[in-house]
Amino acid sequence: MTASDIALRNGTGAVSAMLNALAWSAMHLVVIVSVLVAWEVFARSGAVTPFMLPALSAVLERIWSDALSGELAINVGLTLYRALTGFLIAAAGGIVLGMAMSRSIGVNWLFDPIISVGFPMPKIAFLPVVILWLGFYDLSKISMVVLDAIFPVVTATIAGIRGVERELIWSARNMGANDRELLWQIIFPAALPQIMTGLQVALPIALIVAVVAEMMMGGYGLGGAMMTASRFADSRGVFAGIVEIAVVGYSLVKGMALLRRRLLLWHQEALEPSTA
Amino acid sequence: MKTAVRYLPLILLAIGWEAVARFELVSSAALPPLSSVIAAWLDLMKSGELVINGASSLYRAAAGLGLSIAVGATLGIFMAWWRPVNALLSPIVEVFYPMPKSALIPVTVLWLGFGDGSKILLIFLGCMLPITIGAFNGARSSDQVLVWSARSMGANRMRMLWDVVLPSAMPELLNGIRTALALSFILLVSSELIVARQGFGYLIGFLGANGSYEPMFAVVLTVAFLGFAADRGYQAFVRRALLWREQTT
Repeated sequence: MTASDIALRNGTGAVSAMLNALAWSAMHLVVIVSVLVAWEVFARSGAVTPFMLPALSAVLERIWSDALSGELAINVGLTLYRALTGFLIAAAGGIVLGMAMSRSIGVNWLFDPIISVGFPMPKIAFLPVVILWLGFYDLSKISMVVLDAIFPVVTATIAGIRGVERELIWSARNMGANDRELLWQIIFPAALPQIMTGLQVALPIALIVAVVAEMMMGGYGLGGAMMTASRFADSRGVFAGIVEIAVVGYSLVKGMALLRRRLLLWHQEALEPSTA
Repeated sequence: MKTAVRYLPLILLAIGWEAVARFELVSSAALPPLSSVIAAWLDLMKSGELVINGASSLYRAAAGLGLSIAVGATLGIFMAWWRPVNALLSPIVEVFYPMPKSALIPVTVLWLGFGDGSKILLIFLGCMLPITIGAFNGARSSDQVLVWSARSMGANRMRMLWDVVLPSAMPELLNGIRTALALSFILLVSSELIVARQGFGYLIGFLGANGSYEPMFAVVLTVAFLGFAADRGYQAFVRRALLWREQTT
């Protein structure tokens, strides 16, 4: 829901709001294009060597040839597979654990210190330990993603459930809902906005960790391909990797925001103007 | 007593670790007993290896984070203050914010080599955007009434920036810095694990490659603990720094 939609709904100043939003996105486009043009011009100006900063056109050419040879699809596919599998496991596990922690004192007692101590830790430091235990293959990469991405989901789920209005729960109970119905039909939807926020934090983390794990272990995948390029002093390959990872990250984050809007259409927040 | 009960699971975890390793339920190469890890930690401290590598890691993190706070906070506040700056910078921020910052590791190495410079640049670039966004959101939401009263009392633009906008941006800015603090540890350790000749990450990789797993676990736990302690220390600092606010529920 954009500001212009709100204006339309209110029926006041609709046209001017729409023009405003249009001008704003046009401005966005202009800035992005000028940054890209500046990259090309600066790289060609001779102020830096092509090794330090290859021209954008050269980098795009490289991405194109990787796409033709099929390597791009393999690398993007593998990285996405690792990041998203880990993310989905972390999302499911985190929501279940968060629910269990907020429903049961015993589970909460057991996990609360672990979560509160573990959350601020740089879990990536455990990567060598995970490699030691699980080897160099997908299992260790996905486990590392889960380990890192699960914390924001758990804390967001707990915070979301804690924020559910008591009146909702009381009324549901009054109308004869049992525990299971209460949890899945009342508490879960009511906590969903916060849970979605947790997932939106966890998704970029999943991608970061997948890329770092690939860089560390080498092989296929966007991170591994970048490290190989860097070892051969192939700076076009390195910059191609950055562009690819940036595009993948951007699409994932935007996709997640869309999903949120879809899932929360019924919620109050859909009526508010977006802050972006 | 209350804290003891609260943190009992962690102690149980430690005892469980020791027991599993002692009774050889898993090979001691995969999980050395906690007691030998502690012994290895003391050795590392005595030999000074941990201190030297730790100092160079902390220097990199502090320099990168310090730079990103200075630049990020300034950018964010100016974006909220002047619309042209916002129009110019917000598309750039929006495009680069979701980018996984670890992708920059090979590039910073390409530019600045294996030493301190590449890590500082990486941490600076990676931590800047959360701080910029925090400062921007905070400054944008500064109370319009405060701004008007300051103006009616004759404050000029610079004065208002300093006395009204900056303090009201503070809570969100400090929150952004907290995110950046956690991020700085992640970027530091990952870049050192991948390419470095010094630092915590390097030490972990080096010890692991040599098969000296006790000291490797010791360094991993040290880094994890430092990350945790930094966050707790920072939160305590923020609570003090925001005492002047009426009530931050």
